[in-house]
Amino acid sequence: MPELTYLEALRQGMWEEMARDERVFILGEDVGIYGGAFKVTEGFFEKFGASRVIDTPISEAAIVGAAAGAAHMGLRPVAEMQFIDFISCAYDMLTNYVATARYRAGLSTPIVVRGPSGGFVRGGPFHSQMPEAAFFHTPGLKLVAPATVRDAKGLIKAAIRDDDPVIYLEHKFLYRRIKENIPEGEDIITPIGKARIAREGKDLTIVTYSAMVWKSLEAAEQIEKEDGASVEVIDLRTLLPMDDAAIIASVKKTNRALVVHEDTRTGGIAGEIIARINEQAFEWLDAPVMRVTAHDTPIPYAPTLEDFVLPQAQDVVKAARWLLAY
Amino acid sequence: MTAGTVPASTIPAGLNREQLLEIYYFLRLTRSLEERLVNLYRQSKVIGGLYRSLGQEGESVASAYALRPGDILSPLIRNLGSMLVRGAKPVEVLRQYMAKATSPTKGRELNIHFNDLQLGYLGQISHLGDMVPVMAGIALSFKLRKETRVGLVYVGDGATSAGAFHEGINFAAVQHLPLVVIVEHNGFSYSTPTSRQTAVERLAVKAKGYGIPGVTVDGNDVLAVYEVTRDAVERARVGGGTTLIEVVTYRRKGHAEHDDQRYQSKDEIAKWEGNDPVDRYVETLQKNGWADSTILAAIDARVTGQLDQAVAECENDPLPSIDTALTEVFANPPSAERLWFRDA
Repeated sequence: MPELTYLEALRQGMWEEMARDERVFILGEDVGIYGGAFKVTEGFFEKFGASRVIDTPISEAAIVGAAAGAAHMGLRPVAEMQFIDFISCAYDMLTNYVATARYRAGLSTPIVVRGPSGGFVRGGPFHSQMPEAAFFHTPGLKLVAPATVRDAKGLIKAAIRDDDPVIYLEHKFLYRRIKENIPEGEDIITPIGKARIAREGKDLTIVTYSAMVWKSLEAAEQIEKEDGASVEVIDLRTLLPMDDAAIIASVKKTNRALVVHEDTRTGGIAGEIIARINEQAFEWLDAPVMRVTAHDTPIPYAPTLEDFVLPQAQDVVKAARWLLAY
Repeated sequence: MTAGTVPASTIPAGLNREQLLEIYYFLRLTRSLEERLVNLYRQSKVIGGLYRSLGQEGESVASAYALRPGDILSPLIRNLGSMLVRGAKPVEVLRQYMAKATSPTKGRELNIHFNDLQLGYLGQISHLGDMVPVMAGIALSFKLRKETRVGLVYVGDGATSAGAFHEGINFAAVQHLPLVVIVEHNGFSYSTPTSRQTAVERLAVKAKGYGIPGVTVDGNDVLAVYEVTRDAVERARVGGGTTLIEVVTYRRKGHAEHDDQRYQSKDEIAKWEGNDPVDRYVETLQKNGWADSTILAAIDARVTGQLDQAVAECENDPLPSIDTALTEVFANPPSAERLWFRDA
């Protein structure tokens, strides 16, 4: 079985979908001959041609708007944001036009908007963001954020096949750092809306997603080894629609919950997850539900500053110990 | 059909007499439908605002008339006439304004914000300029599938200030897409005159910045608008790319019915009333012997009858049932969650 990186799995998923379905095409900045800023679409231009791998002007609103128009006509566009930080330029198009289209007008808009998110790469304020909270609030959008190589492939394929608009947040720190054996030609589809138990445990539930899954797993190992407590890690995979059932089932088992995300704290989706736990599992809780997130600042450039602002495995360990001792 | 006693001169723009009368029918239908809506508005039967296109019916109808089956346009709030030409029915417009369950959007959206991609129109959203990128995407689908279809999108003078307009028209231009962008220069965006919207005199000059042809046409000259639009549409159809057309017209009513127009001069409104596109068109038809008053009166009567019937057909339709409030946010799941404090 070939070992693939997260980035290669994402690329393979898109490649397979383009080969399978001629309605699928890619548009974005520098996605053609150059293969994209991170080389996610490397080789696509040569294989699928200029009409299916379209280099666009620096116009995120036009990229998303044009994708929507093409999708109304039955095509399946995959729009790349060169860095997901730039998706804010298409906020209006996504939230007002795309997200409302089915409800207000009966229009089908099966687009995927994907791009590299997240920090830990010394990218500074505009190449490190996690944008999910800005879109999480808008009915009509789906949001996925794979943590694993397998889900990088499985979720892009599911997103492309989904009949609703999907924002796919890939994590640039994971692109070339994690590898997994993926059977060649296996048609992996990760169902949208289904979380995954990344690690089983009985004393505490950590609800997390994207790169923080790995930091949470690291923390869980350490606690098991040093404290003898068993920590369950839920990898949400899909943020919208959220798999409440998986979260609640785990919390009812462990009676303690910690939500971990890389996005900043205030207005971050941890607040929503905690509200749902409160609504659906209050009587099972033995401790308040806590969160570990980034600090409420822009993401700074210097390693000392970025490492302080972003949540680290040791922060998760500290919060988990606090909850286990409560 | 008889042309009366005056000898007919040659009809321009490749149109025939039936087409001229059909254009007249749509002009009259647009204006009369809006007059019906005013009555319903005053009876509080229109739920939201009412947006008139008085004085702009000519350019709406004539530009849409230049399209062929399979082409798609995206109207603005003052393009009721364009929608009717593409096949939207008066009863659908009435139901929309009255938020009926039977309306095309099942009471979810307002006024002429509705679509039928088979007939060839895509309803706008309220964020001005946004339909330019979306229509560029529709034109892109035509290009990718090698279809000889054309897209047409309307924006107002105000929307040329919006970022989405720039991004969309630039995208269409650089991709050489079969798209016609009509900028309706009607003098005002809500209360703001064009002079405070842009420093250019003629909006057509903006085309130069995108490397595409830009033309200005008298928006109250129905046949001139038809001809200019047809040329742009047919050029787009054969791979000639995007065109910007500035239609110069005037908004004789306020932004919506509630607007007292305190910022518009009465003299100016009166001046443009004397330049009414429907009156001018009627005069052209009669002067050239292409139609006489008898035949036009017969069309007027037909419109009146159709509108009587349309109002009667839908006036008593119900508002939407609350059972439909939560469905179709997504293809899947089929319904949003009903919150516990509203349990049935």
